[in-house]
Amino acid sequence: MTGTCVEDLLRELAPQVLGAVARHFGDFDSAEDAVQEAMLAATRQWPGSGVPDSPRGWLIRVASRRMTDHLRSEQARRQREMTVATATPPDARLAPAPDEVTPQEDDSLTVLFMCCHPVLTPASAIALTLRAVGGLTTAEIASAFLVPEPTMAQRISRAKQRIKTSGARFTMPGEQDRADRLASVLHVLYLIFNEGYTASSGDALHRTDLTAEAIRLARMVHTMLPGEGEVAGLLALMLLTDARRAARTDENGFLVPLPDQRRELWNQALITEGTTLLTRTLGSGPVGPYQIQAAIAAVHDEAASADETDWPQILALYETLEQFTPGPMITLNRAVAVAMVHGPRAGLALLGTLDGDERMTNSHRLTATRGHLLELAGDIDGARECYQRAARMTASRPEQHYLALRAARLG
Amino acid sequence: MKYMLMMAGPRQGWDEMATWSADDLKAHIQFMARFSENLVESGELVDAQGLAGPEGTKIVKAQPGGPPVVTDGPFPETKEFLAGFWIVDVESEARAIEIAGQASAAPGRGGAPVQIPIEVRQVGEAPAVET
Repeated sequence: MTGTCVEDLLRELAPQVLGAVARHFGDFDSAEDAVQEAMLAATRQWPGSGVPDSPRGWLIRVASRRMTDHLRSEQARRQREMTVATATPPDARLAPAPDEVTPQEDDSLTVLFMCCHPVLTPASAIALTLRAVGGLTTAEIASAFLVPEPTMAQRISRAKQRIKTSGARFTMPGEQDRADRLASVLHVLYLIFNEGYTASSGDALHRTDLTAEAIRLARMVHTMLPGEGEVAGLLALMLLTDARRAARTDENGFLVPLPDQRRELWNQALITEGTTLLTRTLGSGPVGPYQIQAAIAAVHDEAASADETDWPQILALYETLEQFTPGPMITLNRAVAVAMVHGPRAGLALLGTLDGDERMTNSHRLTATRGHLLELAGDIDGARECYQRAARMTASRPEQHYLALRAARLG
Repeated sequence: MKYMLMMAGPRQGWDEMATWSADDLKAHIQFMARFSENLVESGELVDAQGLAGPEGTKIVKAQPGGPPVVTDGPFPETKEFLAGFWIVDVESEARAIEIAGQASAAPGRGGAPVQIPIEVRQVGEAPAVET
């Protein structure tokens, strides 16, 4: 088996193994470290010695041994410190017998809910999810977010401490919190996808690994919760957006906006998968914001050319979306749709309502969109000025270049 | 040895750049991208970042017995603004200066070198090993 296959297998097994070990020992924090060590041991050994018959069992055994060692040394330390009580029941200090962990039992979802616990900040939840559920190493996560490895290690370790002190238990959320907790999970996956797709800082526009990872995790959740419309909606949204990736930059690395993209570069397999998933989901249960955003992406993806885009339908979808999750970014997108349906001046009027909105101060998006609508309205000087201003407001280099070039092309 | 190469220019420089033709601008951007790629290939690039324009700057100053005061915009006396920087790990100061010279010769209007000044300063040196 090649190194890549081993890696894929390990990453698939990571949350299952962690779930089994965390459940058995009742200590998520240490179990997470132990599973990381077991995974590293497997990465070193398997490519040479071959994959064991039951890779999952192997990993659980190795991780449990690490846990037992860890608990023993903890206990020894406590005894040295003359501490009387030990919080660990004696049987928890032994590795579980192989038959104790039923193979079909999969706690991956419990692990994911734990990692996306609402007590965590989004940045912490993202890091912990990528490590504990995604099976990425700290170094890989650090490099994806362009921060030094010790910083990322500390972020993950603090996240686990935060979960511990919050008293969260390693169980699935009850019926009462379920909807909220699932929303946190989906939000974290959405942020991972976006981080990969738009790369909020630095030179690179796409950080493909994060995009692929978000899709893989969304697929996993969808397989486990096939009846949840918003899970399917999020997965469809990711597929329909990622389908356009190859067309989003030109051969020199410059950003290409949606209307100018070469649609033959769009990934038809992803579009088909996304639309099929969405069609099956819409109407089968309550509609939510991810399903609506996926529907908008689908309308774009299904248009043979930019001119054939069904803007009235997109406008209607943004109006519905705004009722679910009102916010200035939705209004901004709706303004573009209004401009395409009712003319640029109508779109500009709606954009004007965002001027006093504090959440949009220093947002280059508002200024860039205004430039776009002014250009459509034929106000070239106004458009140029907006593009130049927006270029100076964004810290993303690809966007700076795109906006500066757009201004320069207006002459 | 690590050096920070800082590219700073006066506000007029930014405004002037906004009047370049699209082709000149494109050539400049492509030069800068290739320049960074070369530093990656030579194993000398530590980090390179472009900054957002000075308009969104905040200045924070602690106050005795109260929350810090936050003011909008760069220091009023500032004449030049940092546009971006590279941190390079090189054999010698001479090499850092050579790299800075290349960056300063990036093409501008009509392909003529922009001649933007690059400030070269050493960063993060470890204490000398005692022998």
